[in-house]
Amino acid sequence: MKSRLFALVLLSILTAPLFARAEDPAADAARWQDLRQTLFAAHTLTPAKGQIALDAPDRALDAALVPVTLTLDPKLALKALYLVVDNNPAPLVGTFHFGPAAVPAQVKTRIRVDAYTHMHAVAETTDGRWFVTERYIKAAGGCSAPATKDAALAMERLGQMRLKMVADGPAGLPKGAVTAQLLISHPNYNGMQMDQVTRNYTPARFVRDITVKSGAALVFQLEADISLSEDPAITFSYRPQGPLAITVRDSTDATFSHTFPGDDKG
Amino acid sequence: MARRTLIRACVLFCMAAGWGLPVSVWAKGGGPLAQVAPGVYVRPGAVQDATATNDDAIANIGFIIGHDAVAVIDPGGSAGDGAWLRARIKATTGLPIRYLIYTHVHPDHVLGAVAFADDHPVVVAHARFAAAWGERGAFYRQGLARILGGDLAQAGAKAGDALPPTEAVDTAADVDLGGRILHVAAYGAAHTDSDLTVYDGQTRTLWAGDLLFQGRIPALDGSLTGWLAVLGQLMALPAVRVVPGHGPAQLPWPAGAADEERYLTTLARDIRTLLKNGGDIDAAAATVARSERGRWKLFDAYNGRNAITAFKQLEWEDPS
Repeated sequence: MKSRLFALVLLSILTAPLFARAEDPAADAARWQDLRQTLFAAHTLTPAKGQIALDAPDRALDAALVPVTLTLDPKLALKALYLVVDNNPAPLVGTFHFGPAAVPAQVKTRIRVDAYTHMHAVAETTDGRWFVTERYIKAAGGCSAPATKDAALAMERLGQMRLKMVADGPAGLPKGAVTAQLLISHPNYNGMQMDQVTRNYTPARFVRDITVKSGAALVFQLEADISLSEDPAITFSYRPQGPLAITVRDSTDATFSHTFPGDDKG
Repeated sequence: MARRTLIRACVLFCMAAGWGLPVSVWAKGGGPLAQVAPGVYVRPGAVQDATATNDDAIANIGFIIGHDAVAVIDPGGSAGDGAWLRARIKATTGLPIRYLIYTHVHPDHVLGAVAFADDHPVVVAHARFAAAWGERGAFYRQGLARILGGDLAQAGAKAGDALPPTEAVDTAADVDLGGRILHVAAYGAAHTDSDLTVYDGQTRTLWAGDLLFQGRIPALDGSLTGWLAVLGQLMALPAVRVVPGHGPAQLPWPAGAADEERYLTTLARDIRTLLKNGGDIDAAAATVARSERGRWKLFDAYNGRNAITAFKQLEWEDPS
């Protein structure tokens, strides 16, 4: 996994244009072909027809925080979900591996977007089918950088979590399923930030792994990367089977755990 | 004296013209230089986003002259904007440019610093500036280069760069221009997390940088509650006038804070209501502070982004 990550970062350094043009369909298509080959080489990706939908604003209002919504056909037995932002320095934003307590009808999160870019969502079913959907997003202008808003606060609050039950969950949830939003305070530093005075890079420190269990059953495990926004947020649905236990591990191997009594229906 | 100044201006104009830099008494994008108080000069920026036409001369920038030296407060939004400001300073005084002061990390305020490299100034900035610029500088320079256009090397040179800070301000520092001391104050996260202000006690002028917007919608890139708190502190200062970061060259103080305070308060109130009703961040961009539309230029370009930044902060508050 580590070498694959390295290959991806290298790929993005080699192929990302220094001054990305606003829109260049040929280059965009070539980039996705490279990424698809690297990430999903052995699999045939079928363009989704209702199995998976990817929603995001047409224009990123804030490059540091772009809300994205992945909506899935609830009848699909989902194994994993991949989110790719083609022109980001680390294009694979995250991989959700779903467990028995998951109701993967909809997943929301917030990401950083570096440039005008395609995004791809790929769904893998338990019976080995793969679906892909794409969308184009325009970057924000002006002083909207994919950067930390309040660096001091991010460290002061490091590892704190909030769980909010969402009353208006996605349509078509099975009976007994609930929807929750998890907030994790973490700066998610990407390690590419050079201090102009010391000439040192701020060490990378980002959330690598978020594991959510309801009782003893896995809801999901998210393998994440530097493209999640500062203070990662995830909205998901699940069948409550006991308290909701969250474990977060970051790239320095610091681990943060919290158990929410949860279980109430919001 | 006037003749000498004129000759000096002409010489500078010719030199600058030879480098292909835009130099005239009018900035490319903004208004002309105004003396808002004795020795305090401000060039109001254009109320626009950066374009190739305005050369990113969109922020209020300027300088203060003491007995011995000049301090530049925000050197401009591009290499060209900085060169224009430097030429105006040289046309105004023969004193050396000894200080560059950055009010915060945004590109429209600091990318012109390259034009002052030969002055070897002391570069005064918030203690957080260097790290924040490390996180954002390359992104800003590439973004502006794209807007200004031309080939890669040319566009990069036109975009400019910040000079590295040489004096990091944690809380407060004095800048001595000879017979005139400027009080520099640094703040926690507000407009950004690298905001500082300059107070000239001699003329009771507060240079607020982007802690104050007038006419152009405030852009939130730090902490909404922090910004409201800092605005309160600034209003308690004995200043009679303020130089906003965007808007006219000067405003009366503290009356000049009223519009911004109303906008920020409205934003906070609407988002807390949305949070209480279980609303999500997607909804925030389209629904909050709509009552302020029509009161600000560029409202549609920035209100949604402000809503997202504010929502992300306020969602961590304990429900009241």
